[in-house]
Amino acid sequence: MKGLKFILTGILFGVIMAKSEAVSWYRIQEMFRFQSFQMYGIIGTAVVLGAIFVFLIKKFNIKDFSGEPIEFKDKDKNWSRYLIGGSIFGLGWALTGACPGPMFVNLGYGYWPMLIVIAGALGGTYAYGIVKTWLPH
Amino acid sequence: MLELLRQPWPWYISGFAISLIMAMLLYFGKSFGFSSNLRTICSISGAGQKVKFFDFNWRKEIWNLLFLVGSVIGGYIVSQWLSTPDPMQLSASTINDLKGLGIHFDGGLNPSQLFGKDFATSPKGFFILLTGGALVGFGSRYAGGCTSGHAISGLSNLQVPSLVAVIGFFIGGLVMTYFLFPLIF
Repeated sequence: MKGLKFILTGILFGVIMAKSEAVSWYRIQEMFRFQSFQMYGIIGTAVVLGAIFVFLIKKFNIKDFSGEPIEFKDKDKNWSRYLIGGSIFGLGWALTGACPGPMFVNLGYGYWPMLIVIAGALGGTYAYGIVKTWLPH
Repeated sequence: MLELLRQPWPWYISGFAISLIMAMLLYFGKSFGFSSNLRTICSISGAGQKVKFFDFNWRKEIWNLLFLVGSVIGGYIVSQWLSTPDPMQLSASTINDLKGLGIHFDGGLNPSQLFGKDFATSPKGFFILLTGGALVGFGSRYAGGCTSGHAISGLSNLQVPSLVAVIGFFIGGLVMTYFLFPLIF
């Protein structure tokens, strides 16, 4: 089954995020209050090792499992969307203690009120789709 | 062994595993970014008939929905078999700061005061959770990605736009934490 590997990778993600408490509302508060290294350690390690992986993939032209070259798209340079969109995201991240991934990990963990947060996130995504053309990008 | 796995896992294991997940998805010919799923779900629900932004071939994104399903299962696995009865080790200053806002540390991953039945079914609680989610959904699509797409995938590829987005995440997070929390709670 072609899709199984994505489910397994997702399970690994969910287990890791829950066991390292990165899905915790308290830990996100701790991060925004600069009172613990935990979240910075997680993101920092992931970025440093991730950058090494990306560097090696580019340097040795590593192909993906089907033999296709692995391509990296450069993000377009429209600064306002990153700053404004990012700040709006940050407001919600601190309030709910969850970015999109952890919302679903928490739901699996048994925090069913996350369904309300997820419903809101879907509504927010839909609202963006409607007003997109009028926003500075 | 199981006893060891039940303890909280250190940040370097988690950071390593997350970078590995990113690399695995690249090897599968995909790219790590969770919030795209929200757009895909809107599209599957028929939003593409009314709004052009959702009119795309969502079948190509099914892999990411499978990843999402896996993440839910992962959360379930931890809560059922890998959780520890011990309270989380939260820093004393955070506990104290939150106490000042009237939010008490109860040892769980998330405060039952915010993610318990009483709060979620109260009008104020329902509104707060829904609005918070809406800000995340709107902001991540406007910024073109969330923590996984920008902070992990983008920064790993040394993308300056992703750095700006992450700075934005922190501007919003700090404004919420220091200025809005005292008004909300």
